Amino acid sequence: MKKIYFSFVFLLLTIVLIACGGNGATESGEEAEEVVTVGDNIEGASELTFWTFAGTHADFFEDAAIRWNEEFPDNPIQFTAETYPFDQMHNNLTLALQSGQGAPDMVDIEIARFPNFLQGEIQLEPLNDLIEPEIDNFITERLDMYSHEGQYYGAPTHLGATVVYYNTAIMEEAGVDIDKIITWDDYVEAGIQVTENTGVPMTTIAENWYGIWPFVRQSGSDFFDDNGDLTLDSAENIEALQFVADLVIEHEIADVTPGGHYHSEEFFGFMNGGGQASLIAPTFYMNEFMVNMEDLDGNIEMRPLPEWPGSDTRSVAMGGTGTTVTNQAEDVELAKDFLAYAKLTEEGNIALWTQLGFDPPRWDVWDSEEIREDNDFYRYFHDDIFDILLDIRDDVVGVHMTPYTPDVLEEIDSNIMFNVLRQQSQTPEEALQQATESVRAIMD
Amino acid sequence: MGQEMKSNIYTRPNRLLTFLNSKKVAPYVFIFPFIISFTLLTFYPTIQAFVMSFQRILPGQTEFVGLSNYRRILNPTFYQAFQNTTTYVILTCVILVTVPIFLAAMLNSKFAKFSTFYRASLFIPSLASIIVAGTVFRLLFGETGSSFANQVIGWFGVEPIQWQYTSWSAMFLMVILSSWRWMGVNVMYYLAALQNVPLELYESADIDGANVFQKFFYVTVPHLKPIITFVTTISIINGFRMFEESYVFWETNSPGNIGLSMIGYMYTQGVQRNDMGFGAALGVIIILIIFVISIIQLNLTGAFKRGDE
Repeated sequence: MKKIYFSFVFLLLTIVLIACGGNGATESGEEAEEVVTVGDNIEGASELTFWTFAGTHADFFEDAAIRWNEEFPDNPIQFTAETYPFDQMHNNLTLALQSGQGAPDMVDIEIARFPNFLQGEIQLEPLNDLIEPEIDNFITERLDMYSHEGQYYGAPTHLGATVVYYNTAIMEEAGVDIDKIITWDDYVEAGIQVTENTGVPMTTIAENWYGIWPFVRQSGSDFFDDNGDLTLDSAENIEALQFVADLVIEHEIADVTPGGHYHSEEFFGFMNGGGQASLIAPTFYMNEFMVNMEDLDGNIEMRPLPEWPGSDTRSVAMGGTGTTVTNQAEDVELAKDFLAYAKLTEEGNIALWTQLGFDPPRWDVWDSEEIREDNDFYRYFHDDIFDILLDIRDDVVGVHMTPYTPDVLEEIDSNIMFNVLRQQSQTPEEALQQATESVRAIMD
Repeated sequence: MGQEMKSNIYTRPNRLLTFLNSKKVAPYVFIFPFIISFTLLTFYPTIQAFVMSFQRILPGQTEFVGLSNYRRILNPTFYQAFQNTTTYVILTCVILVTVPIFLAAMLNSKFAKFSTFYRASLFIPSLASIIVAGTVFRLLFGETGSSFANQVIGWFGVEPIQWQYTSWSAMFLMVILSSWRWMGVNVMYYLAALQNVPLELYESADIDGANVFQKFFYVTVPHLKPIITFVTTISIINGFRMFEESYVFWETNSPGNIGLSMIGYMYTQGVQRNDMGFGAALGVIIILIIFVISIIQLNLTGAFKRGDE
């Protein structure tokens, strides 16, 4: 008896020791990194709070709130935007929605995290009444990525069409005409020419979904089918990953991305210094060029993805953040109206381009005067960005999001790309089959 | 009458005070604040975590799912996390228990110069933010040939290493970060203990003709035994709780899971993926693992035995 009692006390002590002690990484920075407030001097203004992980998004909504207060003086808002680190914001939101208190009125949710919030009783407000009347003006593939059972929960930030950015200086040196690159075979051939003549790789492959998903989707496949069944190791996907692996291993025209992905400091420096001849990334990446790669100003041209054999798809809508309204909003209707005003209207979509450099999800504004007006992005890249997009408008596909998509993305991040490309310890088939087993185990 | 009033004044406050002051009650009064905070902040959450480990928890839909969370734990990712963490615990324990003893003995010796300076510089890393330290380490051990670590090994003709992408070097990075950080703290523990070693013992050892090493192993080390036990226990528990050392290098996704720790796995599944039930089940398993290992370790070092046994 005494022994049992003693063991119990000891177990408690162990728990105390495990529970105590610092957790610097998670506890530091409970406060928002930045807080922006609009309309705090207006009497009787309704309060709206907004969480985001991107300072540029906070600025975007700040501007929209100022315009709203000018346009609707009878219904003013006091708008507060709080910016948190990426992980922390999503974790806080999970806990706030789970526990039923502490969530903001509006919040940005990144696409890879979105499915986590579409489980159980959904704690987000559907936006159908605002989206449906105008749905024909949207590229609906983008809206579908934030939907569940016919309900739209997220207001998109951009279309995020995947394109190829060519470094024209390197292309010229290699003697390649980028307008002659029509198919992926042409791309490989051009790549061989580039590596031979300049010694620079044609591209680098990211070790996360950027390095596989566009190819998988362009080939007409995806990680899940329309019924939500896992198709990660389908023949098409193996072929798509094999194509990527061949770029690195067989043709030797591509390397693994320095730093592992396209948003690392190592990569910015590498790309900026002319480290690779082309980059396959979504249109929202324009902003990264402008901010982090100043030396490439005037040297980057974008083109649609080369053609995949047997597929009409010329671009894949990738990444992206959906802004949502939570069911804890004090005035749900007001929050929805303001969100629609900021991001779903023509004016809002124009602002997405002029302020953030994102390709608006509404294609009906792509031709408008305000969009075509000269701005920094046209100067850095070229004038016909939206002509390219209009040209491929009907050939853009989205991706299927399911509750288990984050698990697949995790397998891609930590196992598939690493084992196939960096370690080269598995063939695409082996890697995809092993990942399928792991994800199946979670789904069961 | 005067007598009566006096006794009244005495008795009234006395009852409560006598009660609180009584030998049986007083100890409980003193530990009362701890009991409260322990119950609310540690005991209740632990029980709740135990309950949650049998549940599937989604907003508005919480249901009991029996042992399904525990059944899911036995998967390759968990084995990998367990293996990583165990290796890490063994390595950090060996380094953080032995090396500080020598450092402390050196700092304590009368021949050491500037010992206050060295003591301070050994201790300072533990005050640094691990995020800052991690960023510096990540840059020192970058994958390109121009990173500091690769330049150093380059002088010896070794090819550049992709430090953050190879299994052994990933473990090396985590262990060296942790060792750098906690070395000074453990040195402090040992230094404090060294003050309690009676000088007479060294004197008599000198008379018996013992050399420096004999004095160290036969006089110093036996006197440090309680502290060694303490530092080992703390190192084991902290090792199994490892999270930041991996997070600063790879955040939550390391290539091939080479940096995945058990707590990291619990964090990604429980918090990031919002699978609280599974996360709680992992937490319970981690508590049990630490409990069992601590019991074994303390039994082996004789910490449970009374002095006269």
